[in-house]
Amino acid sequence: MKEANTVADAPREFIAFRIGVQEFCIDIMSVREIRGWTPATALPHAPPYVRGVINLRGSVLPIVDLAERLGFPPTDASARQVIIVVQVGAQIVGLLVDAVSDILTLTTETIQPTPEVASAFVRSFVRGMLAIDGRMIGVIELDSIMSTETEAAA
Amino acid sequence: MDTMAAIRETFFQECEEQLGELEVGLNAMEEGVADSETVNAVFRAVHSIKGGAGAFKLDRLVRFAHTFETTLDLIRSDQLATSPAVMRTMLRSADLLADLVKSARSGDAVEEARVEAQIAELKALTENVKEAPAETGAGEAEGLDFQPVLLALDDLGASESQTARYAIKLIPAPDLYRKGNETVRLLRELSRMGEFRVECDARHVPTLDALDPEGAYLAWRVQLTTAEDEASIHELFEFVVDDCELEIVVDRAGPIAAPEASAPVELAPPTPVAVANDVVAPADVAPAEAPVATAAGEAERAKAEPGKPEATATAATIRVDLERVDRLINLVGELVINQAMLSQRVLEAGLARSSSVAAGLGALEQLTREIQEGVMAIRAQPVKPLFQRMSRIVRELTDATGKIVRLRTEGEATEVDRTVIERLADPLTHMIRNAVDHGVERPEVREAAGKPAQGEVKLSAAHRSGRIVIEVSDDGAGIDRERVREIAIKKELIAPDAQLSESEIDNLLFMPGFSTAQTVSSISGRGVGMDVVKRSIQALGGRITISSRPGKGSTFSMSLPLTLAVLDGMVVKVADQTLVVPLTAIVETLRPKRGEVHALGVNARVISDRGGFAPLIDVGQELGYRRDAADPVGSVVLVVETEVSTRCALVVDAIHDQRQVVIKSLEANYRQVPGIAAATILGDGRVALILDIDTFVARTNRSAQEPLLAATG
Repeated sequence: MKEANTVADAPREFIAFRIGVQEFCIDIMSVREIRGWTPATALPHAPPYVRGVINLRGSVLPIVDLAERLGFPPTDASARQVIIVVQVGAQIVGLLVDAVSDILTLTTETIQPTPEVASAFVRSFVRGMLAIDGRMIGVIELDSIMSTETEAAA
Repeated sequence: MDTMAAIRETFFQECEEQLGELEVGLNAMEEGVADSETVNAVFRAVHSIKGGAGAFKLDRLVRFAHTFETTLDLIRSDQLATSPAVMRTMLRSADLLADLVKSARSGDAVEEARVEAQIAELKALTENVKEAPAETGAGEAEGLDFQPVLLALDDLGASESQTARYAIKLIPAPDLYRKGNETVRLLRELSRMGEFRVECDARHVPTLDALDPEGAYLAWRVQLTTAEDEASIHELFEFVVDDCELEIVVDRAGPIAAPEASAPVELAPPTPVAVANDVVAPADVAPAEAPVATAAGEAERAKAEPGKPEATATAATIRVDLERVDRLINLVGELVINQAMLSQRVLEAGLARSSSVAAGLGALEQLTREIQEGVMAIRAQPVKPLFQRMSRIVRELTDATGKIVRLRTEGEATEVDRTVIERLADPLTHMIRNAVDHGVERPEVREAAGKPAQGEVKLSAAHRSGRIVIEVSDDGAGIDRERVREIAIKKELIAPDAQLSESEIDNLLFMPGFSTAQTVSSISGRGVGMDVVKRSIQALGGRITISSRPGKGSTFSMSLPLTLAVLDGMVVKVADQTLVVPLTAIVETLRPKRGEVHALGVNARVISDRGGFAPLIDVGQELGYRRDAADPVGSVVLVVETEVSTRCALVVDAIHDQRQVVIKSLEANYRQVPGIAAATILGDGRVALILDIDTFVARTNRSAQEPLLAATG
């Protein structure tokens, strides 16, 4: 019991990033690297939020426009945007976001549940909320992003 | 713990090899072309597996291997004739042995009943032989260290009278310890056999200053009174016999065992005692040879028997973790891509072709290609193990169907990429099943047709123009085209009045949901049809064709790429996107003239091509790169042929290059994309998609039909 508590209370690190004016974050443990935008090769028959594939040192990496995935207007990708390369299960995926803003260290208990005002769609990705220095940051669970992706594609 | 796991893994790898040899040997014996060396090799294979399994306490495996070995020994000593029935039992036992090894390795369950049944079957053979000379009783002693035979011995009531006293002298050489053997274990084992007294002879231990810490100075004298026979004692020393001086002398023998147990092996009369000696022949023979043969490793000793030069002359090989090879292949793939990128940069920099940079780059390109070929060759493996698996399947089917079928294999040494072999196993199994189940007729039907009762399925492999061609042919009845047609009509796969050529009818077999067996048998009626086979072959970048002659049989021919890592492709431009089209699919490229393009229906167009018409498919439109089809006139048209031999004309904007590309999986990080086989990375570092001609064309056919159906319905 005590052990479980210490694990839950151990501080975790998150990478915060911006999509438009809103801020989100993901667990740093799933982040492999952050790199600049390079033009992607379009994939036929792909959902709109899949921007295509790029070459990541020899691997073919699919790029997901996180804004479009969350229901925002599609990102107008240019050299200013960044790709956060994340590991989701056995796969590696690039998330297109506007900018990386912060690295946060916090304990799980500071994460508050996502308010009911958000749609079920948004809540399926944004699993919790953080309030830091007056900023509001949504905590994104990557597993649901990818699993919903496959559902939507099927 | 890790070391143990590694040793265990090596044991299983060796088991695989032994099982392979076992199968080869048994097949040769079955065909009656086996000499005594083959029989010995078969025996050794089972014996080695038993020995290794014993070390890992795989009791079930040991028990079965022992029974198997006992029966094999009777064959070896010519007491059991290799009749077809006996050979069938032997082959089935080999199959079970393979299953037990697999079970020990991966934990797959093998039914106890199956093991028992097979042991009973083997025992039945042994019992038959032993009935005659049973009165001596001693012959049974060979199995004393194993439970089942011990019971048989009790039945004979001879065990009491068999105790003998042995004087054993053991002088270990330093090598014995160096190979990880322990005298204390040997002595402990001996002590379990009966009344045991041991004396250590420490006379040769030098003074401390002269003592080699890794030397061996002690000797032991053992007095053992046991019911076990001499062979069992020899067996105990089996693994150390090369590395020690061993003397086993019968001191005062029991009434029966005495005269014969001490008899030298060379006599080898077909008496039961000789059988007992033969069981441990490798151990028995070895001491005599030890001075001649230089101390080799255990495994080598097992193989390197005199009089079998082929075995000793095997090329030096090393075992390499597959992951390392794959890593190397990936790296070489990177190298090829990098080299291409470098070439492009040099070209862009406007350096003259005659410059030293360009010359150096040319040399680098040559080297890269050679390295790539060399690395690919590491992954290449002969198809032999795959073919061997098939012979087992034929055997099982023969038992299940009552048909008599022989599998003939050709070109087993043909090499192909390991991945191709792995992924070929399932489709090939299915095709072999089909050949036996649907192809070859029942014996009575065959005889009525004037053919030998024994059917033949031939499995062959050969290299042909940079690809491997694998053929499965049977000498059965051939495809009953009338019935295929009927079924296709009944299943609404074709229209009742459709006019089909013979090859078109044959190709109906590949349609999903097609099964021609009169009755759905347990063998082929598993819900997977030839369509699955075809798809798996296509997924490997291969194609499959059928040819069949009524009454003579059918041949399924598969042509596959030698490797799945690279592909020769044509780099084309479509709506600002770069695509790669596999070169094998392209029949010709052309620039259509106005008069050659014809509109058909609302939005379909065809092009005249060699007297026929091929549908024009706009690749850019089909992949969603542009909304409207480009004007074929002024574009480039690639005429491609699909696996079902339909021709299509693909409209692309321009051809850029023709080159070998490294195949990169899309599924690894994404998923399968219809119409796309894989991806590659081009010289500019960007990803290009490789078109999968068959699924691509199949998709366009479907979507093209939709508006047509809507208009008529």
